[in-house]
Amino acid sequence: MSDNKHTAGSPEPREDGGTGRVVGTPSPAKGESLLAKDGEGAKPPAGPATELDEKSAKNAERVVAAFFVLAFAASVGFIAYYIGWSGRNGGMHGVVRARESNLWLGGTLALAMLAMAFGVTIWVRRLMTSKPIIQERHEMASPADTRAAFEADFLEGAEDSGITKRPLLRRTLLLAAAPLGLAPLVLLRDLGPLPEKRLRSTFWGEAVKKAKAEGKQGVRLVVDGTNAPLKVSDFNSPGGMITVLPEGIEEAPEAANEIAKAVTILINVPAEQFKPVKGRENWHVNGVVAYSKICTHVGCPAALYEQTTHHILCPCHQSTFDATDGAKVVFGPAHRPLPQLPLGVEDGYLIATDDFPEPIGPSFWERG
Amino acid sequence: MSDASAPKAVSGPLNFLDERLGSTNFFQRNVKKVFPDHWSFMLGEIALYSFIILLLTGTFLTLWFHPSMEEVVYNGSYTKLKGVQMSDAYSSALHISFDVRGGLLMRQIHHWAAVLFMASILAHMLRVFFTGAYRKPRELNWLIGINMFILGMLEGLFGYSLPDDLLSGTGLRITQGVTESIPLVGTYIYMFLFGGEFPTGDNGDLIPRLYSLHILLIPGVILGLVTAHMMIMWHQKHTAMPSKNQSNEQVYGYPFYPVFMAKTGAYFLFTFGVVALLGAFAQINPIWLFGPYDPGAISSGSQPDWYMGVLEGALRLMPGQGTEWVIAGHTISMNVLIPALVPLGIVFGGAMAWPFIEQWITGDKRRHDINDRPRNAPVRTSIGIAAVTFYGLLWLAGANDVLADKFHVSLFGTTWFFRFAIFIGPVIAYIITKRICLGLQRKDAAIAGHGVEAGIIVMAPDGGFSEKHEPAREEELIKILSKENARPEAPATDANGIPAPSQKGPMGHLRSRLQRAMTFDDIPVEEHGEEHGHDDDHAVGSGSGPKQLGH
Ligand code: HEM
Ligand code: FES
Repeated sequence: MSDNKHTAGSPEPREDGGTGRVVGTPSPAKGESLLAKDGEGAKPPAGPATELDEKSAKNAERVVAAFFVLAFAASVGFIAYYIGWSGRNGGMHGVVRARESNLWLGGTLALAMLAMAFGVTIWVRRLMTSKPIIQERHEMASPADTRAAFEADFLEGAEDSGITKRPLLRRTLLLAAAPLGLAPLVLLRDLGPLPEKRLRSTFWGEAVKKAKAEGKQGVRLVVDGTNAPLKVSDFNSPGGMITVLPEGIEEAPEAANEIAKAVTILINVPAEQFKPVKGRENWHVNGVVAYSKICTHVGCPAALYEQTTHHILCPCHQSTFDATDGAKVVFGPAHRPLPQLPLGVEDGYLIATDDFPEPIGPSFWERG
Repeated sequence: MSDASAPKAVSGPLNFLDERLGSTNFFQRNVKKVFPDHWSFMLGEIALYSFIILLLTGTFLTLWFHPSMEEVVYNGSYTKLKGVQMSDAYSSALHISFDVRGGLLMRQIHHWAAVLFMASILAHMLRVFFTGAYRKPRELNWLIGINMFILGMLEGLFGYSLPDDLLSGTGLRITQGVTESIPLVGTYIYMFLFGGEFPTGDNGDLIPRLYSLHILLIPGVILGLVTAHMMIMWHQKHTAMPSKNQSNEQVYGYPFYPVFMAKTGAYFLFTFGVVALLGAFAQINPIWLFGPYDPGAISSGSQPDWYMGVLEGALRLMPGQGTEWVIAGHTISMNVLIPALVPLGIVFGGAMAWPFIEQWITGDKRRHDINDRPRNAPVRTSIGIAAVTFYGLLWLAGANDVLADKFHVSLFGTTWFFRFAIFIGPVIAYIITKRICLGLQRKDAAIAGHGVEAGIIVMAPDGGFSEKHEPAREEELIKILSKENARPEAPATDANGIPAPSQKGPMGHLRSRLQRAMTFDDIPVEEHGEEHGHDDDHAVGSGSGPKQLGH
């Protein structure tokens, strides 16, 4: 470090070239605080102060006491509010009273604890007279002879037990333990059913089959929420989007699970912008198309529809699908289009004529 | 100070215990255990206290919460949902909020404490990382800490799934989708976790299962880890920041009893006071506004708790084009698997492996009780900041819709920005941090070598001006000189010039490469050979030793 000394009084130019301050270096002027001040040694770490004279100590005591009294008052306030004002016989009743009660109970509780915390902190800093102390640290490792002695004991024990000398014993013990270890795993088998073909179909398929058995062409679409069947004439303004379900799904066993797979969005795309997918030319009704609402990414409801761009947006991770073009992915993390539901008309009502042609929702190993 | 005069109320129980357990020996060894002081040491305490608050408030909640997916018709005092069909779980969470006095407060404190728990673990982890406090002999506690954070993520996810409101259901839906993407066994895990199909399975088992995980299994494991963490810490003693009286041989600070005990008691009260304040005045997770779970519905702009934001961000950034493969009739969706596993795998896997990687590179197998100042380990510090940047960017990406909305920029634009930023950002962060570290080292080198500029300008006889330097204060000097300079001769060969075994083979070469990369630009900080206070006028950062930054 002494290779570049200058004679005093020639601050510049610096011929050593190594003068540039490196990015982020604090300006040297800040170093001033580091200067040793005569007579002032290093301060002990923040903490208890040196003993105060009795007068200041008394003052400090009073301050601490004031905080403790405040804490006392706040706790009493908490209890008093609970008993007197929070309502009787099972509580607050309603959101307004709950909010009010929350403010009072929470406020007094917080005040009690914070006041006590402040009191204790001042007590520690001003009144405790403990001095900092020094303790030795010890090597974690045990001395070598201890280790050696233990090793010897360990080996001796193994030897005595016979496990090292008697391989038949050892091997049959392992043999006995292995299946026992598997037993708990076997017990977990009934955690759930096997996937089988559950993920491949939805209630639409079932409902269509049933309708066809009754001589109809398909199952009616009903509006999610009202369960009212939907007439073509009810859904004729371009740009509209609603959520639909197959008729009768509410009565299905495990309805919630069926709904979670069968929810479908119905969109009225202006006929002149609609580009039917090859082979699905008759799956729409004058631009009214139906896609699965379950995002093909990880399954959130793709619930947002932008009328101007005809994009379907999933709010979870913003996968974006083009409603005019078979719900093709235009952006985001989803890979596959939303499955399309074949539509038709029967007696003026919108119907589905078949199930989705592929499994809905997120991808899975067996999907293919 | 002698026990002899202890009042009967104290000596009685102590003697009772001692005669049966010999406990006084233990107490005597520990009453005055030294606790070094540094503000950053309280981050871990906050985590501990948040956990205790979670146990207390959580137990309160269990007294009324019904972990059941049974459909009921709500008939409580929240008028807007009266008569609505919902699960018993949701109905009971509403009951806790509106019809149990203090219930809303406890729910909100529970949730705020969960948020604080995770935040303080993370801050604590960063403190430990950047000061090198994880080094031998404390690697085990480092591993325990990371595992607690991971368990905390699961615990939190299961916790906010319990009330079965619309937001919880959305979280579960995503959990289901991610589970399904696991190759080979995905659908089985899905069926076995949910007991059938989403959301209620065949018997409505999901919420009860999450409940037992949330209130018993995971807290039990965390409690075990916390206990191990504290016992190991107690046994190994704290690390200390470099300062006077602190060394590998001794520790300096205030005694456990009475000082640390009182202080830490106050921290507990502060922590509880602050979460109570938040619980009182800052609304969190207002489940009554979200409504019951409905598989066809979702509220836009919904955000998970912050500690899940990274996963959310990763899922959002991954492009879906070309990332799902069908191989021999089997679907592998990389667009889900990569974001679910890779980023957190890098961050947590990397963090767990780092102490051992560093040890292997530096060959440093010594015990370290004195922490490094972050600047003195520039590569470690820069890697840390790069990781923080990576994590932070993913986290922000998890709120890109909120950002796009707040700053009026295009939604897809933010996605594209983050897609690049998560690769470029960490690199830039690494470079800048390293520069800053080296800059600070130069400054330290200058102070150690030549003292501090005193602000006094001296005119030399020849008319030139220079600034007077004075020696740094002792305390400061100790801090500065705590830096361990890189040994210029890497221990590549033994006394006879034969490569050390660890330097042989491709791994050995890699190791010495990495070692050089870690130390080549080290700036030695040492005291000047001569006495302090001479009036030289070195520029800060002037030539210092043989290995200068080559720029
Ligand atoms: C590390 C520990 C824990 C974390 C991070 C955590 C997190 C959470 C979160 C975020 C919620 C949602 C709260 C809300 O409704 O806004 C929750 C709910 C709940 N937690 Fe915990 N928790 C923890 C430990 C515990 C423990 C130990 C218990 C019980 C002994 C417990 C019992 C409950 C109960 C009963 C609920 C549902 C009540 C409700 O949401 O209204 N938790 N937890
Ligand atoms: S679930 Fe739709 S984008 Fe992720």
